[in-house]
Amino acid sequence: MNYLPLLGIALVVLGFALRFNPLLVVAVAAIVTGLLGHMPFLKVLGTLGHGFNENRYVTITYIVLPVIGILERYGLQQQARALIRGMKRATTGRLLIVYLGLRQILAALGLTTVAGHAQTVRPLVAPMALAAAEKQHGELDEATTERVKAMSAATDNVGVFFGEDIFLAIASILLIQSSLKSFGIELTPFQLSVWAIPTALCAFVIHGARLLWLDRMLTRSSPSRSDGEGDRSAELSGGGAIAPTGPSTIQSPLDGPPPHEASPRREDER
Amino acid sequence: MINLHWLYVLAGAAFAGFALSSARDRTNSRRWGNSAFWGLLATSFWFGDFLGDIGNGVLVLALVAIAGAHLLGKGARPSTTSQERKIHSDRLGNKLFLPALIIPFTAFVGTLAFNYTPLKDTGLIDPKSVTLILLGVGAIVALATCYAWLRPPTFAPIDEGGRLADSIGWALVLPQMLAALGVIFAAAGVGTTIGAMASAIIPHGNIFLAVVLFALGMVAFTMIMGNAFAAFPVMAAAIGVPILIQADGGNPAVIGAVGMLAGFCGTLMTPMAANFNIVPAALLELKNQYGVIKAQVPTALPLLIANILILYIAGFRL
Repeated sequence: MNYLPLLGIALVVLGFALRFNPLLVVAVAAIVTGLLGHMPFLKVLGTLGHGFNENRYVTITYIVLPVIGILERYGLQQQARALIRGMKRATTGRLLIVYLGLRQILAALGLTTVAGHAQTVRPLVAPMALAAAEKQHGELDEATTERVKAMSAATDNVGVFFGEDIFLAIASILLIQSSLKSFGIELTPFQLSVWAIPTALCAFVIHGARLLWLDRMLTRSSPSRSDGEGDRSAELSGGGAIAPTGPSTIQSPLDGPPPHEASPRREDER
Repeated sequence: MINLHWLYVLAGAAFAGFALSSARDRTNSRRWGNSAFWGLLATSFWFGDFLGDIGNGVLVLALVAIAGAHLLGKGARPSTTSQERKIHSDRLGNKLFLPALIIPFTAFVGTLAFNYTPLKDTGLIDPKSVTLILLGVGAIVALATCYAWLRPPTFAPIDEGGRLADSIGWALVLPQMLAALGVIFAAAGVGTTIGAMASAIIPHGNIFLAVVLFALGMVAFTMIMGNAFAAFPVMAAAIGVPILIQADGGNPAVIGAVGMLAGFCGTLMTPMAANFNIVPAALLELKNQYGVIKAQVPTALPLLIANILILYIAGFRL
């Protein structure tokens, strides 16, 4: 048994840890792995090229970019915001549960790029979650602010990861199909995507329960409701320097960054 | 018969359009890098089958060189401003969602219609890639609808698409690169080596233990690579196919689909998946750069257990 090609894996870890460009890391790891596996260089190069060419369909979903781009030009994101803003009686947990469900459903329809950390979480979801948390909790300390923001981002990831595989033409389903096909196992995308549904439901229940728990924590630990902590809450509300580091720093760029900044590196690695 | 190659021609046209649009984008100081990158990708889609394996390998190296030398940039090419978009969205309302929905609707309903009607026997569409082809059809229909309804400037879709492509950058081809890495891993015997190591651990005949090791292997390998896409071909070759599917007779659709989703639980827990876990921490100005991962671990672990149970029950007991 030749264990040397496993060094290619170590190279990927090292390259990512040292923050080299991931494309570069992957290419170098591929070539080193091939050479250590006793393949001549031209054979490695050819295999890499062949593998790249045969897997072009993984990249095919980007043909929708012109349509999404043109709709953004006419205010798609703004309209999505208006739609969610219309929902009353929002708490942080409920808001994020709605977002979780919406994100899962949209991803299941193949619309993975209509939302995301840059497009929706930073400008929309996190500020709304923080505003709702303030309603429940009163002034937010730094730890709570961090927690609500982090849960907003986490909810986006959980929603898209465990929704997208229900869509037939998503890259990961196609990758499963092509991997199994190389072993002579022929499956249709439909057969695979059906089996993404049970996990999607589990993800909604598990993460949803955690969001409801977050609601309870926010309400329970509210400084304005506990009697013994009068001093502390006074200190917090008095510390005006602390407060602006919370919601306002996030909210201020709401109108700020031009739309060009949106959507860095989403659709890729999962 | 309409097959994937028609779609490759369409995708090649889109990337060629992005290349031209990038070349004209004077707000991007590295526009020639972007233009060359999208141009090479267009070349791959149009002529990949005529370049030969070595030719494609050189093309890949050129793409990597452009990305690795940081020759890709982001411009600020003119689009509508936030205020203009607000005005448009107030005027157009929820109808704006419709063109976006045409694409998945066409792909999904079209696939069902094709598979369950006599259309299937007409030989119009290659049955192996119906959904992807209908996705392309949906994109064309949606684009035509946008032109008819919104009447944008002629080249606006290419410019707006190019704007989005530039903002995604090199990451756009990373999944395809990782698929190619998987091919190399397979050719160099990485999968069989790990498989041998794994099957040395697995006591034969214990299906549940094999399922647990498959799922944990997906998680561990995904966390190392930052990417379940890279882990899947290896773990499928090591445990999924030879042990779970072939030796133990598990349902291949369950093992494929849920195995990948077990890997996604790993993606939630690794800083290697920077785009999902580290970038948002920076975007949201978190003090702790691992704050997002910290928030995700308590979801990922129970979900992993759920996946193991689904793999075992649906894969072997149903």
